[in-house]
Amino acid sequence: MKKVLSGNEAFARAAYEAGVGVVSSYPGTPSTEITENVSHYKEIYTEWATNEKVGLEVAIGASLGGKRSMSCMKHVGLNVAADPLMTLSYTGVNAGLVVIVADDPNMYSSQNEQDSRHFARFGKVPMFEPCDSQEAKQFTKDGFSLSEEYCTPVLVRSTTRISHVQTIVELEDRVEAPKLAPENNIPKWVMIPANARKRHRFVENRLELLTELAEGGKYNKIAMRDKKIGVVCSGVAYTYVREAMPEASTLKLDLAWPLPMKKIAQFAASVDKLYVVEELDKFYETEIKAQGIKVETLERDVCGELSVDAVRELFGVPPVEADVDTTLPFRPPNMCPGCSHRGIFYAISRLKLFVTGDIGCYTLGLLPPLQAINTTVCMGASIGMAHGLDKATDDMSKKSVAVIGDSTFLHTGINSLVNTVYNQGHSTVIILDNTITGMTGHQPNAGSGKDIHGNPMPKIDFAAICKAVGVKEENIRVIDPFDIVNAMEVLKEETSKPEPSVIITNKPCIFADRSVIEEPYFIHEDKCSGCRVCTKLGCPAIAWDASKRVALIDENLCTGCHLCIKVCKFGAIEQRSK
Amino acid sequence: MKLDILMVGVGGQGTVLSSNIVCDVALAAGYDVKKSEIHGMAQRGGSVVTHIRIGETVASPTIPLKSADIVVSFERMEFLRYSEYISDNTTLILNTQMILPPSVADGAAEYPQSKIDSVKSRFSKVYEIDAISKAMELGNQKIAGMVVLGILAKSVPFGKGEWEQAIKDRVPPKTIELNLKAFDTGYNY
Ligand SMILES: Cc1ncc(C[n+]2csc(CCOP(=O)(O)OP(=O)(O)O)c2C)c(N)n1
Ligand code: SF4
Ligand code: SF4
Repeated sequence: MKKVLSGNEAFARAAYEAGVGVVSSYPGTPSTEITENVSHYKEIYTEWATNEKVGLEVAIGASLGGKRSMSCMKHVGLNVAADPLMTLSYTGVNAGLVVIVADDPNMYSSQNEQDSRHFARFGKVPMFEPCDSQEAKQFTKDGFSLSEEYCTPVLVRSTTRISHVQTIVELEDRVEAPKLAPENNIPKWVMIPANARKRHRFVENRLELLTELAEGGKYNKIAMRDKKIGVVCSGVAYTYVREAMPEASTLKLDLAWPLPMKKIAQFAASVDKLYVVEELDKFYETEIKAQGIKVETLERDVCGELSVDAVRELFGVPPVEADVDTTLPFRPPNMCPGCSHRGIFYAISRLKLFVTGDIGCYTLGLLPPLQAINTTVCMGASIGMAHGLDKATDDMSKKSVAVIGDSTFLHTGINSLVNTVYNQGHSTVIILDNTITGMTGHQPNAGSGKDIHGNPMPKIDFAAICKAVGVKEENIRVIDPFDIVNAMEVLKEETSKPEPSVIITNKPCIFADRSVIEEPYFIHEDKCSGCRVCTKLGCPAIAWDASKRVALIDENLCTGCHLCIKVCKFGAIEQRSK
Repeated sequence: MKLDILMVGVGGQGTVLSSNIVCDVALAAGYDVKKSEIHGMAQRGGSVVTHIRIGETVASPTIPLKSADIVVSFERMEFLRYSEYISDNTTLILNTQMILPPSVADGAAEYPQSKIDSVKSRFSKVYEIDAISKAMELGNQKIAGMVVLGILAKSVPFGKGEWEQAIKDRVPPKTIELNLKAFDTGYNY
């Protein structure tokens, strides 16, 4: 049967058809829906892990235990999981293990634009690069057999234009994977130097065998058309090349690593001019040139994504004159009406604190009118950076706070808090516990009290963790983020203490608990003084009527969170009765 | 056959369901189809754009510049952001619903009505509809997208039965009748 599936649905389907038993991942755009879709197959044990390193380690354990396993993450997630990956390359696997890593060219929702192909070369492991959903499914399935055959983890690289693109896929049935016994093999699995030296040799030999596979007939096909131009390309860039230059001959790299250099040399020899069209870094180009093969130069930007038009332009077609109107009023992302982050951010901005920030919906606290985020580096960075700021300056700990979401605190915040306590820091950390991983589309986490299917689970107690790592009980303050006056008071108290403090907010994301949504508010035009203080909250439901000089509330958007009544001094805002 | 449809709107307007139905219909009619979506962050209110490409074979999942056959704008001004896709022969299907961008809601900027009028004139054909009112007449604002889909269906060469089947497959069973009614309203508009 044929169906239109997104790349992410196809990756999940591959796990199902390949007889996978265990999937453990941490969410991250554009990879999140892979694991969400896997969780709908009851044959597969699926979980949200606390971070990518844990997710991959769970997958390694499952492979050791004899079940095919998979872990999915966004590109920066593989940085976190790089430590196990690098040595997993040495141990190899028992049952097949595939890691799907999704890059984000153009950074539609990421903090950097790194190119994951480097990890395949770095870790000396094979990497597939599908160009559509059908290949996403096929290559992932192939990945499991290849993993077992060559005793290697297999990487599959996606990008936003693979994960979030739907194309036609031929569905097949699930085939249960061969049952393997749990493996107990010390020389293979215990990577002490004496064993690891032998395994490194194994890795080098394996790479040679994989190169033979890459050179063979199954993958990396050459399609000869016009001999004047030959293009080496892969992934979605291949589809752009096919459309932009249907006459050009192509060598499509299904495997981004290892590269079939003999085949590439043969292709180069059979065309007049050889080009490489790839998205992001000059990865293939650098490798091919290093072999002494002549590659024509293209003025390609390594920043951002390609397109049919961009490829045409690379080959000298004058760009389409497109009149993009940049003066249109933007629709920037904003925290939702009723978001539990808004009140506490208003308090922070009133106190003009310097904020080491983290990654999540609260990063949007950066935007006007709140403007209360001063740094964003990577997940978990807020707490360590606040500590560094404290140690480097005389009084910054009194004027600054770290903000971190619940999911991010569990991901990589706890270790930094331990560090602050251990090294006698003075910083104040705000854990914005909205009981969910909001930014990536509301996945439960260990603090949610629910698993990936919504079943009840033990709920991590943030205050207890802080106490356990040594934050004094009187410096742990659980507050209602909508109570601005109290929040300001608590912030003043805790930042002034020469000790580590943690403030924990206790209201859910409106998507985590829909029962918090109440009747909407409205503004009495005659009572509104036009002071505009409510518009300084940045709630998308509050608008300003310039002609009447009064504020107004869009009742279709308002979730009845009660925040704006707390700032209105004229009693102009009132709730609709049921 | 080549059919490139650009669907634009504001997060939360339900463009995803509509574009999924278009893909199902194209598949059922025996064509190749690709759809590319950028949905950004979890919050509502941002610009969303979906490329749908239908043909004997489709390579790129995104539409080249100046070659959209149809632009479907679920919000009154959103198509302005994608005017580089308009060709000499592009049809516009416009839902006249206004969702104010924050700077407009805040009084700092104006809603670009004059630009809407001038860019609209560059389309070879324009269908305009107040889909929200039509949907409310049928009793539910949420089915406005289905009204818009009905207009689109009338402009493309697939059978009405295929559309109805795809809708039945995609919407919750209890809402099939209402959705089909909304679709009909657009189809007969
Ligand atoms: C290493 C890494 N993994 C995943 C992501 C994707 N990501 C961005 S924010 C976020 C979590 C946000 O959840 P939380 O901290 O609870 O804040 P909320 O969005 O709920 O406010 C994730 C998983 C990332 N940026 N980096
Ligand atoms: S999704 Fe939740 S956490 Fe994110 S902005 Fe909306 S209410 Fe806030
Ligand atoms: S308008 Fe007021 S009550 Fe409604 S969501 Fe916004 S801040 Fe909350």
